[in-house]
Amino acid sequence: MIAAWVAATAAIGLALAAALAALGAARIPSLLRRLALPLFGLVGVAAATAGTLTLLGGGVDDIQLPLGLPWLPWRLRLDALAGCFLTLIGLLTAAVGIYAPGYVRGFEQGRDSLAMLGAGSGLFLAGMLTVVLAADAMLFMVAWELMSLASYFLVVFHHDQPASRRAAFLYLLMAHVGGLAILLGFGVLAAFGHGFEFAALRAAPLTPGWATLAFALALLGFGMKAGLVPLHAWLPEAHPAAPSHISALMSGVMLKVAVYGFIRFTFDLLGEVHWQWGVATLALGSVSALYGVLMALLQNDLKRLLAWSSVENMGILFIALGLALIFLGEGHAGLGALALVAALLHAGNHALFKGLLFLGAGAILHSTHERDLEQMGGLLRRMPWTGLFFLIGCLAIAGLPPLNGFVSEWLTFQAALQSWQLDSGVLRSLIPVAAAVLALTSALAAAGFVRVYGIAFLGRARSRHVRRARPESRGMRLGQGLLAAGCVAAGLLPTPLIGVVAAVPEQLLGTGLPQATARGWLWLTPIAPEVASYSAPALALALAVAMAVAAWALRRGALRRVRRGDPWDCGFGPLTTRMQYSATAFAQPVRRVFAPLFAVDAGVELEAPGRLRYRVVIGDRLWKLLYAPFATATDGAARRVARLQSGNVRRYLGWTLATLLVLLWIIT
Amino acid sequence: MRKVKARLQNRRGAPVVQPLRDLRKLFVKEVRVAHGASPLFRAAPYVVFGATLLAAASVPLLGVTLPTATFADIVVVAGLLALARFFLALAAMDVGTAFGGMGASRELLIAALAEPAMLMAVFTLAMTAHSTNLASIVAYQLDDALALRPSYLFALGALCLVAIAETGRIPVDNPATHLELTMIHEAMLLEYSGRHLALMEWAAQIKLALYAALILNIFLPWGIAETLGAPALGIGLVAILLKLAGLGGALAVVETVLAKMRLFRAPAFLNLALLFGLLGLLSHVMLEVGR
Repeated sequence: MIAAWVAATAAIGLALAAALAALGAARIPSLLRRLALPLFGLVGVAAATAGTLTLLGGGVDDIQLPLGLPWLPWRLRLDALAGCFLTLIGLLTAAVGIYAPGYVRGFEQGRDSLAMLGAGSGLFLAGMLTVVLAADAMLFMVAWELMSLASYFLVVFHHDQPASRRAAFLYLLMAHVGGLAILLGFGVLAAFGHGFEFAALRAAPLTPGWATLAFALALLGFGMKAGLVPLHAWLPEAHPAAPSHISALMSGVMLKVAVYGFIRFTFDLLGEVHWQWGVATLALGSVSALYGVLMALLQNDLKRLLAWSSVENMGILFIALGLALIFLGEGHAGLGALALVAALLHAGNHALFKGLLFLGAGAILHSTHERDLEQMGGLLRRMPWTGLFFLIGCLAIAGLPPLNGFVSEWLTFQAALQSWQLDSGVLRSLIPVAAAVLALTSALAAAGFVRVYGIAFLGRARSRHVRRARPESRGMRLGQGLLAAGCVAAGLLPTPLIGVVAAVPEQLLGTGLPQATARGWLWLTPIAPEVASYSAPALALALAVAMAVAAWALRRGALRRVRRGDPWDCGFGPLTTRMQYSATAFAQPVRRVFAPLFAVDAGVELEAPGRLRYRVVIGDRLWKLLYAPFATATDGAARRVARLQSGNVRRYLGWTLATLLVLLWIIT
Repeated sequence: MRKVKARLQNRRGAPVVQPLRDLRKLFVKEVRVAHGASPLFRAAPYVVFGATLLAAASVPLLGVTLPTATFADIVVVAGLLALARFFLALAAMDVGTAFGGMGASRELLIAALAEPAMLMAVFTLAMTAHSTNLASIVAYQLDDALALRPSYLFALGALCLVAIAETGRIPVDNPATHLELTMIHEAMLLEYSGRHLALMEWAAQIKLALYAALILNIFLPWGIAETLGAPALGIGLVAILLKLAGLGGALAVVETVLAKMRLFRAPAFLNLALLFGLLGLLSHVMLEVGR
């Protein structure tokens, strides 16, 4: 345990040191690349070490810091849940630390402030690590706000672009509304528990009504940070606006910190759970998954697409969490543990593959200065390594065996299929519907990522700067390779991984998953071998053997020869790159089938005589439905209040006097 | 099946082994690859073939107990088919012709709509048998004697519709079309030739057989071998051949009677499948509780 504490504190210390070192980048721009970002790599290694040691050690340990308010010292705690998320943050941070030096090099000649970028990301990391370690509500909130504020400065990094500023403002606003909800949620617990330490909150005697209120506030606050629909509006704006390695951290890790908060609050602090909460979580998760993937399918901006896909994956995660809550509320602790493990595994998997995809998008952006899919094409030839790693990421995120995304979705399906054990008929028919939504989501995600990969990396380049893309630097390649290797490893060896992660439900719920790993590392049997079994290593081996045999059998002798020819052009002469299927065209059938869900503005415009232009703008219908009324109402109220501000000093003095009189009247 | 179809269309038709002959011929033909095709284009047929073969290997055909059935359950089979489809669609987009992208886009739409319907049908079975292992489901069906359950009928309907859509048969897609704009599956194979094409075609045929075996052995499991002895397997072989012939004949009739529908009618077709799946599930929950 001592070693884990040393590593964990070293991680936070190193993150703060990196932030300090980056301040020097205001003078010497290369300082960020040469000192601060390698420090990030070390932060990652330290955090991952601390997390792994905690998970493997299996103990729980509290310490009290000599910091904080006199009557409210700050406390830290290391347990399996914290260890799990520390490992996840560490792995992605290490990869980003290796990747980023090559990426930020392009900013050194720019006008953007590198010191702000480095210091912001250092504080951001320190904040996230502290949130995971915090063992009292006050430190948790301080670290949470540090994380939110620091990431605001990262989102607004390209502050000369109006879109970035708008995104950052929206992010700041929603982060604070969410933070307020979390604070109120803690407040409910603290009022009953008479203290802010987690131990006191855990012991709080709550009536079901107050517990439900606290849960609703937590779902609102953490759900807002996690980007659940309809609280998602900031996410697809803010994630693409930040530099790519920060997008990877925000999507891969910060959303997971929100998930951590939700799990800590609901499964650990609230005590007894009710199945109705699970239904609410399940519903929110299903809606997010489906809406996220459909919006992702229609986006043409690569980074925005990935951000929408994060909404989808958070949805999948919350489906699993909802299942866990339902099973726990109905008294099936073992199944609750299964669903919770599925959620944790998906959190880790999403961190790996979404981090990988954002880094890949960053590599493309770095090489071609292009985020628009319609301009890309044929990048596999120019950037073969990024192409390979991106393919692995796409396969993983599409939930295809034998990679890691499939494992967590499979576990979620298995948990959903155990709904026959529940007593209530409503739940028994509701859960499979959620499973069908999950199936639709994963199939649409596969379609979406075929589209991304097919348009960006295959085919022929659709613009000149993409045709001349430079290959990525070695560090960028290595950072992506690390994450891709993580995806493959987690996909091929899920059983040992689950054995380790099962320590979390063991500590939180009192039951682990002994049956899942009962049959050795080769077999994954979440409930019982005759109910469902999956063997990723055997599957991968069989697949490789089948492919190798087919290739060997067909490539003997004179058949080896392959002749090159022109593709089929219907006899009309050579094809141009503009004749390829475009990203918009690829998504058109989906757009048409699910038309009522989108706010699509499409039409043909006459630009100049004889020049037609096809225009498609995909809007977020929920924005118009839910957010726009708020915005107009706030604007209207502000305008009415603004009438007070006439610029006349005498009138201001009059208002001050009147306020004073009213206050005096109230006091007496 | 083509033979039955030809008969129904007043033709004599090619012999039954003609598809195999076609494959053999394609295997010895030279491969032509388009300029500008990436390595992925040449690797994809092997992935597609391998994944489909593996999926088929996990579906009980002759006997209930299969060595391969334990490492993949029905969800994994669906996943393997999705993997095959993923690479098929990527390969289609690789050369950069319009047809490939069009085929990929349409195929993935249909697959995306078919997947929930298929899983709903499967879940109905899995909830009854309390297992997603195909072997366990089939064994449960055999033990359960002849109980005509409403949920099964709905699930059967859903699975049949999904199978038609997924394997690209009329009325969703036409495997024999020669007009590029009406193609879905064939449009994706347009650039393939020689052994690559043979592998892709073979994979498509395996997929058809897979769905047929799935439907037959789950809903009509009689005759399947419960032990791995030679006589039992022999009976299983005869039984499955008879059943396959019956199903093939039925499919041929359907293909002859119906016309191919417009692409944008396909979602309605698949929604019907989803509805069947949902109804099956609900009738299971409402009518068959406590079994």
